[in-house]
Amino acid sequence: MFNKIMVPVDLGHLDRLEKALNVAAAEARQYGASVVYMGVAEEAPSDIARNPKEYEAKLAAFSSEQATKHGIEAEALPVVSTDPAAEISKLILKAASDCSADLVVMASHPPKMLDWILASHGGHVAEHADISVFVVR
Amino acid sequence: MNEDKQEPPVEEPEIEAIPEPEGNTEIIETDFDIGQDNFSGAMSLNLDIHKIVFSVSAIGIMLFTFLTLAFQNDAEPLFVGVRDWLTGNLDWFFLLSGNIFVLVCFGLILSPLGKVRLGGPDATADYGYIGWFSMLFAAGMGIGLMFFGVSEPMSHYSSALGGISVGEDGLRTDWAPLGGAEGNELESRRLGMAATIFHWGLHPWAIYAVVALALALFSYNKGLPLTLRSAFYPIFGERIWGWPGHIVDILAVFATVFGLATSLGIGAQQAAAGLNFLFGLGTGSSMLILLIILITLVAIGSILRGLDGGVKVLSEVNMGLAALLLLFMIIAGPTLAIMTGFFDNLLAYVKNLPALSMPFGREDANFTSGWTAFYWAWWISWSPFVGMFIARVSRGRTVREFLIAVLIVPTLLSVLWMTALGGTAIGQVVNDGYTAVQDAALELKLFQMLTQLPLTAITSFIGIVLVVVFFITSSDSGSLVIDTIAAGGKTNAPVIQRVFWASFEGAVAIALLLGGGLAALQAMAVSTGLPFTFVLLAACYAVVRGLMNEPR
Repeated sequence: MFNKIMVPVDLGHLDRLEKALNVAAAEARQYGASVVYMGVAEEAPSDIARNPKEYEAKLAAFSSEQATKHGIEAEALPVVSTDPAAEISKLILKAASDCSADLVVMASHPPKMLDWILASHGGHVAEHADISVFVVR
Repeated sequence: MNEDKQEPPVEEPEIEAIPEPEGNTEIIETDFDIGQDNFSGAMSLNLDIHKIVFSVSAIGIMLFTFLTLAFQNDAEPLFVGVRDWLTGNLDWFFLLSGNIFVLVCFGLILSPLGKVRLGGPDATADYGYIGWFSMLFAAGMGIGLMFFGVSEPMSHYSSALGGISVGEDGLRTDWAPLGGAEGNELESRRLGMAATIFHWGLHPWAIYAVVALALALFSYNKGLPLTLRSAFYPIFGERIWGWPGHIVDILAVFATVFGLATSLGIGAQQAAAGLNFLFGLGTGSSMLILLIILITLVAIGSILRGLDGGVKVLSEVNMGLAALLLLFMIIAGPTLAIMTGFFDNLLAYVKNLPALSMPFGREDANFTSGWTAFYWAWWISWSPFVGMFIARVSRGRTVREFLIAVLIVPTLLSVLWMTALGGTAIGQVVNDGYTAVQDAALELKLFQMLTQLPLTAITSFIGIVLVVVFFITSSDSGSLVIDTIAAGGKTNAPVIQRVFWASFEGAVAIALLLGGGLAALQAMAVSTGLPFTFVLLAACYAVVRGLMNEPR
């Protein structure tokens, strides 16, 4: 049913992603799909990486670790941005079409009050993507 | 953050050296983890803020605003007194430092250090020239050019024409630049334009360039967080992660919030004056508050769209509008006078530059301290904000390209702008005897000048739109900068924090507007120019040191 599953990951908050990562891996095994771990590198140094190159290396390491852990085929897709906090939803949508994924699996928080001003990324992506989106809460 | 690393998902990266960015650069190895002093708790909101910088700044600003409102009668004379003392007694220091910044920038353009690329030799620029340049200009001085474009050349022209007057104590009481040009209209005009361009030309942009270059170099090439303290690494070393660094960052947040809030308040007054001039809407408190709220709301909308979808688009729109107004002035105004005036004024600027920038032995005390030193302190107090924003969008440029774009191009544009607006207004007085501009209040001078040209209603309206949009971009980019500093240099902190800062600025502006004290706090914001002058001088040293260590 699916050939390529894209999973947006935030290397700074992997603890909150556990469930989404497992869902993605299970789907991948079930349909024999490959998984693309997409992450956003910042231009300015951050707590995750001091520069985009270091981020790329970390994302690649993460992706191969997931591949061995779950026995799936995986690749990393780093995207560089000047303003990741504000643009994340747009970047996810663009990356999904760039790597021609047919399913996005992403973690999100349950809807809450503040969403009227700052919509959750998962909600935004599900609303605007033309492919299937699995929002894991 | 650090405590919950029980199961590192990535193969332990600690021993690994940090890879170079794009190409060979000198990475600074430090034990500091970006965000290690941050509070990133999840209450009902996810926050990511630097514990000390955020709390001291936010509480300090509220306290200061409150005290200014409570002790208005004492606060204003105190703050204005501090500012006047600084610009009056230390004018030589501001002028001297300004010259140093310009010389350092030119030195870097000409030296081989200019070849270093921000972000590593293979880095590519994120923004095309138009988007990049629009953002530089909108952040740097957009708003000021709208209001001083007509009024400043006019003031200098009038005072130069009036000539010199000496008080009983032997000191000059006139405000004329240099020796003035009593009764000589042509010379007064040249001198007035030269003095204005001096204040809006190389010096302010050199101030911004130094800060921006320091920040860009130390974060993109050397891997330190994008916050002001990083520029001090060559001087203080690891101590910048402690109190010396906190103080620099807190001071930067203070200067930026008060600078933004006071100019938001004053800008609202000016925009209301313009709207009143056009539509007779009144300039009462409710009108001003409405304007501030509207500007803040649009700024928040722009914040939510991010850098590329928000500030960049708005800056480009405004550059287009400003270009339209400029073009209109050239075509509908005295075309030939503006064309020849451009070169005349540029020449007058170059010719008078050594005398105008001379820090010692000046006789035109009022002009040097009241205008030049005040401007320098003002630009310098804005420099953390503008410099940091410029740094944020300038990755991938070489130092030479960066300095030419930040220093030379805006200066030439300022000459053209001042010639078209101020020159035309002076022309109206000299040639047509039209003195309405001369007599108008500061915020109405632009509109008075436009009434003498065709399509007044349309051009005045464009003028007001320009003012308002420049404020929106300032509020947006200012909040971006403050948030990054208050998050310990993290650029990926939750967007809601930027919304907080934008609302905070609006609230401070409204409080000051209602309670009085705008002038007082603006004086205080300008006073932060003094400590920042030391910061900038240190940054010059740091930049040169840092660039020399970069592989070339």
